[in-house]
Amino acid sequence: MFFTYLRRELRRRRKAALVVASGLALGIALVIIVSSVSSGMSKAQDKVLESLYGLGTDMTVTKAAAAPGSSSQRPRFEFDAKGDDSKQSSDRVMVQGFQTLSSTTVDKVGKQSGVADAVGGLSLNVLKVDGQFKRGEFKQNGNAGAADQRGPGGGGTTQPQGEVQGGGASFDVNSYSVYGTDVTKQDLGPLTSSKITKGRTFKATETDAEVAVVDASYAKEKKLAVGKTVTVSGTKYKIVGVSTADSGDAAANLYIPLKQAQTLADAKNKVTTVYVKAADSQQIDSVKSAIQKNISGTTVTTSADLADTVSGSLSTASDLATSVGKWLSIAVLVAAFLVAGLLTSSAVSRRVREFGTLKALGWKSGRVTRQVVGEALVNGLMGGVLGIAVGLAGAYVVTAISPTLTAQLGGSGGGGGMAGGPGGMGGPARQAASKSLDIALTAPVSLSTILIAVALAVAGGLIAGAFGGWRASRLRPADALRRVE
Amino acid sequence: MYTLSGVTKRYTRGKSTVDALADVDLTIEDGGRLVIQGPTGGGKSTLLQMLGGLDRPTAGSVELDGVDLTKLSEAKLTKVRAQNIGFVFQSFNLIPTLTAQENVETALVPLGGRPAERRRRAAEALDSVGLGERLGHLPSEMSGGQQQRVAIARALVKQPKVLLADEPTGNLDESMRDEVMEVLETMWKEHGLTFIMVTHDSAIARRAPRLATIRKGRVTITENAAA
Repeated sequence: MFFTYLRRELRRRRKAALVVASGLALGIALVIIVSSVSSGMSKAQDKVLESLYGLGTDMTVTKAAAAPGSSSQRPRFEFDAKGDDSKQSSDRVMVQGFQTLSSTTVDKVGKQSGVADAVGGLSLNVLKVDGQFKRGEFKQNGNAGAADQRGPGGGGTTQPQGEVQGGGASFDVNSYSVYGTDVTKQDLGPLTSSKITKGRTFKATETDAEVAVVDASYAKEKKLAVGKTVTVSGTKYKIVGVSTADSGDAAANLYIPLKQAQTLADAKNKVTTVYVKAADSQQIDSVKSAIQKNISGTTVTTSADLADTVSGSLSTASDLATSVGKWLSIAVLVAAFLVAGLLTSSAVSRRVREFGTLKALGWKSGRVTRQVVGEALVNGLMGGVLGIAVGLAGAYVVTAISPTLTAQLGGSGGGGGMAGGPGGMGGPARQAASKSLDIALTAPVSLSTILIAVALAVAGGLIAGAFGGWRASRLRPADALRRVE
Repeated sequence: MYTLSGVTKRYTRGKSTVDALADVDLTIEDGGRLVIQGPTGGGKSTLLQMLGGLDRPTAGSVELDGVDLTKLSEAKLTKVRAQNIGFVFQSFNLIPTLTAQENVETALVPLGGRPAERRRRAAEALDSVGLGERLGHLPSEMSGGQQQRVAIARALVKQPKVLLADEPTGNLDESMRDEVMEVLETMWKEHGLTFIMVTHDSAIARRAPRLATIRKGRVTITENAAA
């Protein structure tokens, strides 16, 4: 009787049922689309972060910011103004951010509770300046017979009167990044975000070998290839592999063994960054706290911290999804629940005589209420099915269109100590590497999202049923029978 | 047997108070037939509601077979209605989405039992009121007289002790009125019911052996020896 009555009533009031189901469906579809787009944003952000961190890194440890004002480590170039126009060249290898940690810090970090693995790396920036000085020519005013006076860089003389014309300096500045990687632990760190597309990666035995892996785009620009050599500050490295970043820019232009990098930068037993993998991804915050507490003078940056530095359209869209999208979904859901509740309550009001009759026949209030709640629940489930269908279609459309979002990382100075990109030099010590990536947005729908949608549908039905059921339970059979429609 | 003692039902709206029933004393024997008449608003339906346990009096007691309905909890009162009292209403009050057979079944739902057994008893009840061929018809597919016969089958399918009818012919034309009254009288005789009916129809009232007239909440009983 329960199901027969329920089915017939829903069929009789199919328009009202459709309105309720559609309202719930709209709310549920919005929740699915917003959740899946948010999930897509999150994945896009992870992709951006992975391009810096490498896969599997949960946090990085860097040296805490030094007091501003120290400029002793600023790069200095000294060129002689020789008596000829010969080319001069000077390499400056600088530790990125000018802040280093002792290699022992890597071991200390590795021993912290909750740390699964820790590996150190040294990020360098090489600034190569080469070019030549050109002498200016002295021309005497009004005295053609005066002898030319030459002087480096021009410059006046007192006798005779005249001026130096031409001359000056022409220097080419070339900057690239070098990353010293621990070849014994290559499953953590920036190189993991790239694939070796030619040649090979480092062997575990090449801890101090003069070998290098070069980023594909840098190799193309500088016409480098496997088997050739690349010179860094006078040291020739044999290129053993070419790597291609999974997305966007690579973490560095050149990768060399850590010891080699330390030698180049005169930073023996120093690292710039410790890459940390937590044993449990749910415990990242506690691991961060433990490291900061137990190892003084360090800054720990997690993926979540770094995500705060993401800007660009990805960040804007992400903000929209998490703020506007979330609140819009909630508002629509609340409105849908209210409308469903009011319509159900109104339907009960129109059926006062019907329910009154049933009560007169001996139906308990609970049975009448169950009937009303049952109808509302089925209505909610219909809305849920419809909403899930519309939501899945919406998510499919987003994935099919795959709008491109741009993510810009760093530049805010808040991220701190990231290894990587070629642009991080010269700024404040804690300036994050600046990086720009284009990411195609997808909207993956997870099982949990579907379960949430089903739960919302049930909740919507129950809320609507509660409105109607409460109204039905309060009906007195005598009142119901007095009412004539 | 019904025994009503000092039954008063007072309705208050704002500052005004109306006694729909005023100190009513009434006894109705088992198997008896009572017709209640009176002007609109006189308290007929209120009295029927008290007898049916649909409402409680402001004062007094309503005893059915020695049980004071006014003292029963809502759950127990509902059980009494489910087992012992059948109702027939002026507007039939059938569930529009259920078939004739399903409508009759609704009276058996509170009593439990297997669905197949309910269906069988509902079919028998409809057959007894001459609607054995209309089991699967919706109320909208039947005439007013047929709908009222479905309502009578619904009231009687549980074999109650009491049948209460509130103007059962009020919405019917003359031919249908006779048809329905014939069914009700037959059922009363066959089942040995206590049959109490509210009506405006004097022709029907004249056929009753006992007539209760209500004016301003007060009941006057007239015995009709000729009926």
